[in-house]
Amino acid sequence: MSEVLVVVEATAEFGVKKVTLEMLTLARELGAPSAVVLGGTGAAEALAGKLGEYGAEKIYAAEGEEIDGYLVAPKATVVADLVKRVQPAAVLLASSQEGKEIAARLAVKLDNGILTDVVALAADGTATQVAFAGSTIVKSKVTRGLPLVTVRPNSVNPTPAAATPAVEQLTVAVTDSDKLAKVVDRVAEQKGSRPELTEAGVVVSGGRGVGNADNFKLVEELADLLGGAVGASRAAVDSGFYPHQFQVGQTGKTVSPQLYIALGISGAIQHRAGMQTSKTIVAVNKDGEAPIFELADFGVVGDLFKIVPQAAEEIRKRK
Amino acid sequence: MNIVVLVKQVPDSGADRNLRTDDNTVDRGSANNVINEMDEYAIEEALKIKEAHGGEVTILTMGPDRATESIRKALSMGPDKAVHVVDDALHGSCAVATSKVLAAALGQLNADLVLCGSESTDGRVQVMPHMLAERLGIAALTGARKLTVDGATLTVERQTEEGYEVVTASTPAIVSVWDTINEPRYPSFKGIMAAKKKPVQSLSLADLGVATNEVGFDGATSAVLEHSTRPPRSGGVKVTDEGSGGTQLVEFLATEKFV
Repeated sequence: MSEVLVVVEATAEFGVKKVTLEMLTLARELGAPSAVVLGGTGAAEALAGKLGEYGAEKIYAAEGEEIDGYLVAPKATVVADLVKRVQPAAVLLASSQEGKEIAARLAVKLDNGILTDVVALAADGTATQVAFAGSTIVKSKVTRGLPLVTVRPNSVNPTPAAATPAVEQLTVAVTDSDKLAKVVDRVAEQKGSRPELTEAGVVVSGGRGVGNADNFKLVEELADLLGGAVGASRAAVDSGFYPHQFQVGQTGKTVSPQLYIALGISGAIQHRAGMQTSKTIVAVNKDGEAPIFELADFGVVGDLFKIVPQAAEEIRKRK
Repeated sequence: MNIVVLVKQVPDSGADRNLRTDDNTVDRGSANNVINEMDEYAIEEALKIKEAHGGEVTILTMGPDRATESIRKALSMGPDKAVHVVDDALHGSCAVATSKVLAAALGQLNADLVLCGSESTDGRVQVMPHMLAERLGIAALTGARKLTVDGATLTVERQTEEGYEVVTASTPAIVSVWDTINEPRYPSFKGIMAAKKKPVQSLSLADLGVATNEVGFDGATSAVLEHSTRPPRSGGVKVTDEGSGGTQLVEFLATEKFV
């Protein structure tokens, strides 16, 4: 069975990201999953257990300063060399900024087609993508080269399938032209114990109706009670209520959680673009005519400052 | 500094957008076509750099004839001139082929700095900066929320999931920007009038030395097989809070097994 390369996304804080487990699950339908770890020294060793648990039969590792001291170019060079050597059935990357960027360079290096934001991939290489803010579903295929796809988080239900992968260290043969964009500093910003926005199963977002930055504590409280991430509409971010990295919408993150709760968000197209493929949508807004209610499976028309504390209290009672 | 800004004309993301039923490409005929919003931030950043360091700002657009409207709109913000790559054979081009064409055009423009939006609001594919960097052998600094120019050294601050990174490169380089980087200016009346007289050079594939079979449907590296429209959501329940809205909300969450 041909190998399927899965380019691993992981964070220092949380280890292997859920989208990686989704890709390994998907890869098992297409061939024998091989995880590719690109990171600092020792990265593969730290992640091997989890990758094996989800069916990685082999782990390729490229590690060190040459890999993680620059933007994606060295990583793309390593993966391109590996693709040429092992001739995989497909290459899967996460549909994150980094995943898409590595894939972009691979496409040019290998003169290969590329499909992004893929939510399903059939054995014959037919990919399903959602376009135009989730309003259009597209079936597409790479017609030159192998299926090179980036997979959108929360597309596949990750299921374990134990394997015991051996780690193969790759020779890192990057050139000067791969080292043009140098990372000189990485600054961690506080984000607490909440799950990452694009991967979270539950997202609670606040909009202009939340009123001010301080009131976002209410949004955070509900998110924490549900084990979810916090998001914000562009109106809330532009008003300075919440930081930009949590913006959900056309010019922010696209999320597709099991449950999305919109508090004080009217539901402009800008916002719907980032959340309307969520499985279940709940909205609270004082304007009964707000377009968010067209999407909501359950909507409450009223004052969020009364409704949300009552909901929080009710959840605590039930715990 | 010689700055080129990549500007794409896209269907307005604030209205309904569709793919064409005949060839699965973006329906531009019936749409209100506008400058990709994210590119306006790239234009603004280019103008600010020119104001601080001198130089020239050129708009580069690949697109059909009607993209001229967006080019004039871009010029009305203040850039000096524009290059429009236009050729009937380009219809249906994939991202890989598009990067080939834009790289050929950039090859003629000798830019020190190429600026663009981080993504277009139609495809949201985010691949172009790195595809161009790969083809041109220059640095790509993507997702900038802050850009500093010091001689030939560029420093970018970019948001990551854990915080942010500071990244540097020397020119020539391509930098893509997010909408957090600045606040784009509105064109003045004077700017709109001046834009009508600014030079717009049209380049065909032949001018760029790219063969027609390398682009369009013939040269595409991927194909859309079919598309369908998602049915609108329906069947939702809407209640008005009369004192128990929060409790009702949690009861709904409980029936869906979220609590």
